[in-house]
Amino acid sequence: MLTLIYFGKAFGMSSNLRTLCSIAGAGRFADFFRFDWKAQRWNLAVVFGAMLGGFVAVHFLSDGSGVNLNPTTVEQLAAMHIEAPEGKLAPDSLMGFEALKNPKTFIILLAGGLLIGFGTRYAGGCTSGHAISGLSNLQLPSLIAVIGFFIGGLIMSHFLLPLIFR
Amino acid sequence: MKYIKFIAVGFVFGIVLTKSEAVSWYRIYEMFQFQSFHMFGIIMVAVMTGLIGVQLIKRKNLKDYTGAPIAIEAKEKGLARYIIGGTLFGLGWAMVGSCPGPIFILLGAGFWGAGVILLGALLGTYIYGLLKEILPH
Repeated sequence: MLTLIYFGKAFGMSSNLRTLCSIAGAGRFADFFRFDWKAQRWNLAVVFGAMLGGFVAVHFLSDGSGVNLNPTTVEQLAAMHIEAPEGKLAPDSLMGFEALKNPKTFIILLAGGLLIGFGTRYAGGCTSGHAISGLSNLQLPSLIAVIGFFIGGLIMSHFLLPLIFR
Repeated sequence: MKYIKFIAVGFVFGIVLTKSEAVSWYRIYEMFQFQSFHMFGIIMVAVMTGLIGVQLIKRKNLKDYTGAPIAIEAKEKGLARYIIGGTLFGLGWAMVGSCPGPIFILLGAGFWGAGVILLGALLGTYIYGLLKEILPH
């Protein structure tokens, strides 16, 4: 974030979603997407770098020993039929290629994405824009947004996920 | 090749978030269950680092690399949008365990499911764009 400030920019990943919508032609349907997305190309470059970073980190910098969860968490997951990580970052039963063939998983991922995309733009930022950049700059709106993140997250994690993964 | 430095920033961001497991669905679940300090630690270190950096920039009026003064935009005032939008985002974050940055990182790392999340997120952003004028902010 500080590096990007030094480059005269701001750190925020979710803006790219709007940029991508604009590139796809959403400007024809809503003013919100009519902006100079070419000025946002630097942020798409950050995204591209992040994808490369993810690829390199998983394929060349991991020995499959990561994600050592609290044993209680693993037990709770088992009750929801979600396998223990054993070095994986995300459950195959949710994120794997095979899992996508299951309509329920597909809908869960799509719905989760919808909430993320809609919520982040409505709130004007995500974890990077509000929790990291905003809180660092002592912004009250960001604190309110982060409290919102946790209200939503706690409701999902404690009440809805057990229902979804029954 | 003025984009190289931004790709480099993203590259480091991707590696750090992957190796710190902040992109992990499991870690995010564990965080919301308050069963580990892991994620809270990452967020706190990031915010503390940012806080010190931002304060230094402001007090010493530091310049960016082109020599222009650094101006950090303040967030717009409001309540409804932050609390409602934030809550919706939180629901999605805990559900599929990724926020906008990690969606791309996971996609790069080869998690196919992240592609569907990205599709949903683009659709969600698009719907917001359509409804923006009629939503309370």
